[in-house]
Amino acid sequence: MNKVNKVKPGATWKELPIGGTLPAASALDYKTGAWRSFVPKFDPNQCTHCMICVHYCPVMAIPTEINENGVKGWKDKIYKGVVRLETNLDYCTGCGVCAEECPTEAIKMERETWEVK
Amino acid sequence: MSKVSIKSKRVPLTGAEAVAEAMRQIRPDVVAAYPITPQTPIVEIFSKFAADGLVDTEVVTPESEHSAISIVTAASAAGARAMSASASQGLALMVEVLPATSGLRLPVVMAIANRALSAPINIHCDHSDMMAVRDLGWIEIFSENAQEAYENMFLAVRLSEHPDVLLPSMVGLDGFIISHGVEVVEIYDDEVMYNFVGSRKPQLSLFDFENPITIGPLQLTDYYFETKRQEQEAMKNALKIYLEVGKELSKITGKDYPYFEKYYLDDAEAVVVVMSSTAGTAKDAVDELRKEGKKVGLLKPKLFRPFPYDEIKEALKNCKAIGVLDRAYSFGASAPLYTDIKNSLYDLSQRIPIQSYVFGLGGRDIFKHQIKDVFWELLSGKISKEEKCIGLRE
Amino acid sequence: MEVKTIRDLAQLQTDIGLKFVAGHRMCAGCGISSILRTVLSASKKPVVVVNATGCLEVVSTIYPFTAWNTPWLHVTFVNAASSASGVETAYRALKKKGIVKEDVNIVAFGGDGGTYDIGIQALSGALEREHNFLYVCYDNEGYMNTGHQRSGATPFGASSTTQPAGKISIGKKEWRKDLVKIVAGHNIPYVAQANVYNIMDLFKKAQKAFDTEGPKFLNVLMPCTTNWGFPENLTMKISRLATETNFWPLFEIEKGVLTVNVKPKDRKPIEEFLKLQSRFKHLFKEENKHFIEVMQKKVDEDFENLLKLEKVTHEEGVRI
Repeated sequence: MNKVNKVKPGATWKELPIGGTLPAASALDYKTGAWRSFVPKFDPNQCTHCMICVHYCPVMAIPTEINENGVKGWKDKIYKGVVRLETNLDYCTGCGVCAEECPTEAIKMERETWEVK
Repeated sequence: MSKVSIKSKRVPLTGAEAVAEAMRQIRPDVVAAYPITPQTPIVEIFSKFAADGLVDTEVVTPESEHSAISIVTAASAAGARAMSASASQGLALMVEVLPATSGLRLPVVMAIANRALSAPINIHCDHSDMMAVRDLGWIEIFSENAQEAYENMFLAVRLSEHPDVLLPSMVGLDGFIISHGVEVVEIYDDEVMYNFVGSRKPQLSLFDFENPITIGPLQLTDYYFETKRQEQEAMKNALKIYLEVGKELSKITGKDYPYFEKYYLDDAEAVVVVMSSTAGTAKDAVDELRKEGKKVGLLKPKLFRPFPYDEIKEALKNCKAIGVLDRAYSFGASAPLYTDIKNSLYDLSQRIPIQSYVFGLGGRDIFKHQIKDVFWELLSGKISKEEKCIGLRE
Repeated sequence: MEVKTIRDLAQLQTDIGLKFVAGHRMCAGCGISSILRTVLSASKKPVVVVNATGCLEVVSTIYPFTAWNTPWLHVTFVNAASSASGVETAYRALKKKGIVKEDVNIVAFGGDGGTYDIGIQALSGALEREHNFLYVCYDNEGYMNTGHQRSGATPFGASSTTQPAGKISIGKKEWRKDLVKIVAGHNIPYVAQANVYNIMDLFKKAQKAFDTEGPKFLNVLMPCTTNWGFPENLTMKISRLATETNFWPLFEIEKGVLTVNVKPKDRKPIEEFLKLQSRFKHLFKEENKHFIEVMQKKVDEDFENLLKLEKVTHEEGVRI
C-alpha cells in the first residue's frame, strides 16, 4: 500500500516525497566504515560463536548465519547452528567493543592505515 | 440534485452543539481534546455522543492540549481521521506541535472557539489565538454564526484530506458569542453529510509492514527548504480546491462558499472588512445606512489562510474608503487582517484610503452604532495611518 | 523457539531479520543498537515504533537515510508517550473497522531527557489512560544529543555543561529522579529496570512486557562514551560495572511485586565505576573525595531498600 520512492541526490522540491517521509532502511546506503581508524582482526580458530560480539556491536556489523554442518572454531571444536561470519567492513566503525568483550580474545584491534593516492 | 430533496431539520443549537453535531456526522476515528473554556461544550457533547454509541469514535481524554494535538497528529500519521478542538491558551500550548502536523502533511481538523490570549487571563472572545498561529501552515477558516461553523467543519475535512492539499485546518467560531449563543441551525442528513466527506483514504499507513516507512526524519540544511516549499505549494492548491469543495457542498445546502462574503459591495463607496460574528452586526449597520441612501458595503473574509489576495483586490478595487476591523493586535506592527487586506491592494494603480481599527479584545462588545460611526468616518474621509480603537475607554 | 541463551537469541534474530539496520550515525561504541535489536526481537508481532527527539531519533533518521526497517514515527521531543497513545488509539479504531488486520505491538522510545524531564507529563497521561504500549527509556543520564546538558536523570556528582564542576561546584548536587517508582505509582502491570550489557535479562523483560496487556515501562541504562568520557570500547564494561556496584540495580515490578534480578555477591566499590569516566574526574581530588563516600552510602542504602521491598512484596503482601 505504501509507495514512497528512495530519494535521488539533488532532487528538487517537486521530486521529493511530501512531508519528508522515507522508505525503510535507506541508511544501508550510508557506509559508516569510512569512519574507522582501527579495524577488528577476527581469528575464526579462536571463536566459540558465543554471540557476545554479535549482540554488542553498535552497528550490527557482525553478520550471522545458521550453519547445520558446523564450522571449526576454538580448540578445533565444531560449532553448529548460528555462527558468526567476517565483520562487515562497510559499516564497522572500529569501536573495539567486540575485541574488549570477546571471552577467547578471538578479535584484536589493529590500526588501520589508508593509502592516500 | 436540488436542495429541496435533501433531508434537513432546523434545530435550535449553540455553536458548540453545531460543531459537535458536525463532528458526529464526519465520523472521525480518533478525537482527543482537552477542555478549555469556551470550547468545553464541544468536547462534552461529543463525548456523550460517543458514550451513547451515536458515533463510532475512539475518544481519548488527554492530560493537556500538547498531548491532545500529539495524539491526533500521531493518529493521523497512522492513517486515522483525527479531530480535536481548543481555544486560546490551549492552542498556544499546542504551538510546539502545530508546525509538525502541517510539516508532516497530516489532515487534522480542529475547531477553535476563539478566545483571548493571556495575560491578563480572559475567557472571552477575540481572535488573538488563531492570529498568533497564522504562519504555522494550518488552513484557517472563520465562521460568522453557528450555521457557518457547522458547514465549515465539513469543508475543512474535505479540503484537508484532498491529496493535493494534505494540510491541517482549524475552523474558528467566536468564543461564547457563537459557541454558547443559541441560533436556529439547519442540520443536514447524516448519510448525505458523511458521503460528502467520505472515509479518509490515507496516502500512507504506519501499519503497512510489507513497505514500512519512516515518518518525521531529521532534515538538515540540504533538504528542509524543499519540504517547506512543498507546504507552500499545498497552500496554493488549497486556495483553488477550497472553491471546488465549496461547489460540491452547494449542491447539498444550496448556499455558496466563496472565499469571502460580499454584502452590498458592488457599488459601495465605503466598505468595512470584518470577520466572524461582528460581520452579522455590521450587516445590520449596512442595512440601516443603505436605507438612508448611503453607499456602504461589507466584505466578510471566511478563508483566512491561505489568503485570497487577488480576489480581495478585485472585490475592493472600486471602492473609495475601506475600514478593516481586527479583533486582535499584532503588537508592534499593523493588525493582522488589515495587513493582509492592505497587501492585496498594493498592485492597484489608484491607492484606496484604508483605516485600521482594533475592537472587541477580551470580549469587549461591539454595537451597531459603533460600526455606523466607522462608516461615517470612512464616508467623510477621516482616514489616517494611525490604528484606531473601537469601544476603548480613552 | 524458546530463547534461553544469547546464542538462541542470535538464532532468532538471524531467522527474523533486524528491524534496525546499519548505516545509522551513532557514536562509535554506543549501546543503543544492542538495546534495539534485543527489545524489538522480543516482539512476536510486527512493531510500530514511536520516537521522541533525541540521540536515537536524530542519528537514525538523517534524511534521506533511515536505519529503521519497521514503521516509525517521530513528532517532537515532548511527546513520545502521547504520540504512542495516538498511534495506539488509531490502531484500535482502524482494527475495529477492519482496515488494519494484523495484531501489532507499539513501542515508544525516549531518552532520559524526553522521559524524565520534558516528556514526563505525556508519559504520566499515557500510563494513566492505560494505552496498550511499551515505553522504553534509554537512559544515558543527560541530554547527550546536544552535548551533555544535565537532566533529571544525571547522577549526583556528575559534571555536565549546564551544571559543570568547577572551583566551587562539584557538578550536580541533586540526586537523580527515581522514575521507576514514579511509573510504578501509576499502577501499571509491568515496570522494569534493565541494563544494556545484560542481553538476556533485557530480552526476558521485553518479552514479559510484550506478553502483558496495558502500559509497560522499561528503563535501560545506556552508557554514553562521548559524554561520560570513556574510550569507546568500554561501553559494555561500564554498563556491567554499573550493576556490579549496585549503582544500577536490575529489578522488575510485576503488578506491584518487586523482584531484584541480579544480586552481586560482593558488590564492587563505587569508585571502580566512577574512576573510568571523566564526568566524575573532579570527585577524585582530595577536597572532593568525601562526596564519593556520600554516593557509596546512598547506593548501599538504596539497594538495601530494594531488597527490603522485594521481601515485603513477596512475603507480606505489600504492593508498590
